[in-house]
Amino acid sequence: MIQDHETGYRAVVWNEPILYQLDRRGRRGFTVPATEDEIKAKAGDIISQIPKAMRRSEPPRLPALSEPEVVRHYIRLSQQNFGVDSGIVLGVGTCTMKYNPKVNEALARSPKLTDVHPLQDSENTQGILEIMYQLSKWLCAISGMDEFCLQPRGGAHAVLTNAHIMRAYHELNGELEQRNEIITPVLSHPCNGGAPTVAGFKVITLYPDKETGVPEVEALKAAVSKHTAGMTITDPYDTGVFDPNIQEYVKIVHEVGGLVAVDQANANSLLGRLRIGDVGADLCHFNLHKSFSTPHGSHGPGSAPVGVKEHLSKFLPVPVVKFDGNKYHLDYDRPHSIGKVAGFYGVIPAILKAYAWIMTMGAEGLEETSEVAVMNNNYLVERLLEVRGVTLPWVEKHPRRLQEARFSLEQMKEETGVGIDDVNRRIVDFGIQKCFTSHEPWIVPEPFTPEPPESTPKEDLDRFVEVFGQISDEAYTDPTIVKKAPHNCAISKIDATPSKDPNKWAMTWRAYIRKRK
Amino acid sequence: MRVVSQMPIHPYIPNSDPETKKQMLDTIGVRSAEELFSTIPEGIRFRKRLDLPHPMSEYEMRRRIEQTLSKNATSSELLSFLGAGCWPHYVPAVCEEISSRSEFLTAYTGDAYSDLGRYQALFEFQSMLGDLTSMEVVTVPTYDWATACGDAARMAAIATGRHEVLVPRTISPERLSVMRNYCGRVAEIRLIEYNPQTGQLSLDDLKSRISSKTAAVYIENPSYLGFVEAQGHEISDVAHRHGALLVVGVEPLSLGVLTPPGEYGADIVCGEGQPLGLRMNFGGASLGFLACRDEERFLSATGHRLITIAKTERKGEWGFTYVLPERSMYAARERAASITGTGAALCAITAAVYLSLLGPQGLRELAETIMQKSHYAMKRISEIRGTKVPCFESAHFEEFTVNFASGMTVRDVNRALLKHRIQGGQDISGEFPELGRTALYCVTEVHTKEDIDRLVDALQEVLK
Repeated sequence: MIQDHETGYRAVVWNEPILYQLDRRGRRGFTVPATEDEIKAKAGDIISQIPKAMRRSEPPRLPALSEPEVVRHYIRLSQQNFGVDSGIVLGVGTCTMKYNPKVNEALARSPKLTDVHPLQDSENTQGILEIMYQLSKWLCAISGMDEFCLQPRGGAHAVLTNAHIMRAYHELNGELEQRNEIITPVLSHPCNGGAPTVAGFKVITLYPDKETGVPEVEALKAAVSKHTAGMTITDPYDTGVFDPNIQEYVKIVHEVGGLVAVDQANANSLLGRLRIGDVGADLCHFNLHKSFSTPHGSHGPGSAPVGVKEHLSKFLPVPVVKFDGNKYHLDYDRPHSIGKVAGFYGVIPAILKAYAWIMTMGAEGLEETSEVAVMNNNYLVERLLEVRGVTLPWVEKHPRRLQEARFSLEQMKEETGVGIDDVNRRIVDFGIQKCFTSHEPWIVPEPFTPEPPESTPKEDLDRFVEVFGQISDEAYTDPTIVKKAPHNCAISKIDATPSKDPNKWAMTWRAYIRKRK
Repeated sequence: MRVVSQMPIHPYIPNSDPETKKQMLDTIGVRSAEELFSTIPEGIRFRKRLDLPHPMSEYEMRRRIEQTLSKNATSSELLSFLGAGCWPHYVPAVCEEISSRSEFLTAYTGDAYSDLGRYQALFEFQSMLGDLTSMEVVTVPTYDWATACGDAARMAAIATGRHEVLVPRTISPERLSVMRNYCGRVAEIRLIEYNPQTGQLSLDDLKSRISSKTAAVYIENPSYLGFVEAQGHEISDVAHRHGALLVVGVEPLSLGVLTPPGEYGADIVCGEGQPLGLRMNFGGASLGFLACRDEERFLSATGHRLITIAKTERKGEWGFTYVLPERSMYAARERAASITGTGAALCAITAAVYLSLLGPQGLRELAETIMQKSHYAMKRISEIRGTKVPCFESAHFEEFTVNFASGMTVRDVNRALLKHRIQGGQDISGEFPELGRTALYCVTEVHTKEDIDRLVDALQEVLK
């Protein structure tokens, strides 16, 4: 008999035990390379050379498994994971879940990249230095900035880096004590408010106007003062609304002596259409794992190069790749540099993949990328608004959006009791990845934020709308199906009490075993 | 005027075919996609062609990049003895088989309903790191050791409400720079002297500097300069007597033979996961881990995510969820204790695979093998006239200092070694001038006796 909740999709259900439950003492999955007898003889009883207090008394309680068992375990876990290659992931907005080209993965597996040590003499690393140098130049061309640093390893890390550069700039001007405030609109990514605080600034948040969805220019004018160190802003916002006042903001902040850092996490819609450097931004960053097609890796490693205008170049983290017309080298001789924000030079595999992607796209391909991404999104907006219970805040003021749009299920929630969390548990029953809701605070009630990048086929968009329509029908006719979801996934509804209860949470197996007793 | 797009239908862009485009634009109700960009004020639009190359086919691009990469020398072409934060270790084929799985590679932030695999693999990573370090809480990983130790120092300052972190002067200069950046105005980093004979932290200097203002004492084990810090218990006692925390940074393979920091009193542990199944990648595939005691004051002092195991409605299933998610920067914004962001999950999944292959015995044997080989190298190099190896009379793990008392600088020695297709150790003469002309060498399980002997022969010739 066909159940009401059947969708035609079934996730793989393995009920795979935790690795520790598969432990079979004595088995092993790896043979250590042999040590030659002469080495053993000369090295002597090596363990006895470790001071007694520092000698591990018993081996770590890791599980013991053979190689085939390890492979099966992790293959099964991978089968219970859902990526861009698995199916429809277009609901995951702000993340630009575009296709990650396989040739770029193949290139990144080359020993000519993987087996190169970061401290080798630059004579033997000219290839990768050239790629880093050239990618920086291309990012300058795309953004209109003057210099890039590839070291930051994610968006939040890049905003933190930019906040440190702002600090260094004001410090050199002798104004750091006075300039201790950073202003940010709340619809910017959370790191725009969070990272400056971590860097020691006080953060002032601007809220969007109820009518327009963007802050009023007057609000910024009221917020700036001699204490303003700068502004951090994501434009376009995660609502897909481009803040048309950006140039005005830059002017206002510059007038009081502040700097403007633009978070370009949502740059996919701007490629070849707008260069933030031309608008007057002093600092910016791109997320290579968003706009530039490098994979998200189940939550990293990402890569987020920062770009600055010339007057801030000297503050960039060390080292910077330089080219003397003949050879590339790493330049550490930058006395005003903020130092290092991470080890070595950046997420090199992502740097290579972004470089390869730009090469296959070219200038024309980047324009096509933003064109199709924005077209996809507006098509989705048009179609999703057909679904009962779905609304788009600020639709009258902003009927067209750029890379994504933030919808609301407030109406559905009021009329049926089914909200976005329920829908997100139900949509995975159809073999579709859940939607990104919104960062906090939820300015839009019951929010969801799809983003269909250029690699999304029209058929996926239509299927997504069809499924949303079906879930809406369920919500209005038989909401328990949605409330009790998921039905077709690897696991049923999770009991989230360990999330808040110190006696129940267990971040390691050893803690779980102790607390279970 | 805008340059008209010459783009052919691109293999990565399905809807670039004219018919689909027309259908979609008709549905939207616009004549051209250009109209959709009207929300950007005309005055700031970019109306030229980007200064980038023309699109290349996959073949041309691949050929071009392979040519460029061929200018790099790999560790099989260049016998290398570099470590200093990125270490050469053998990566079992299984690690890359799993990390290449596109279900892991191309996923991001689904819940456990769709992404159970990611949650479970990360929980297993957390669990195994917990057993390696003897800590009960391990966070979802961050970028690398440098950023993890920065986060650890921040966390200690916030958890104690104190504003000073004491670190040994033997700390990696790179990590020190990042720690200073990360601590910003939350904590000042002060250096503690070391014993010039042994490299060990000077307990006298520590005792004279530590006070009720000290949030934490941070030590590295093994230290950046390769020796084992033997006074873990003593340093822990001094720190705790003053109400400060002990933070320990570790290279995880060493924990196959060294006492886990949790057993000598560490409150927070951090380190670099690159040795756990990740290739060197020019320093670009790192994995920072962060562990702490299971106390709320520590958890609330970090924005890093924490995955807990959980139950579900059906018996026999494991579920997972985030602990105190309101701590993360995603939720807390300017109230967050640290940044939270796209970290290093795929590297952690790979590390979990690596550790499950090694198991308890494999890890111990590997650590012992590394020590045997590095000690053989130390002894052989020390037999060469004009060298002092190591600079410190202490136990060492995989790295050790080589001092060239003779006339040559490390730079000159390394240049000469390159002629033998050998990359010598990292020149630390600038970082630690008090050590004179000194290099930091690294020997691991990947080096054979033949490799080490080749280095010794070359050094002998170079230093003649």
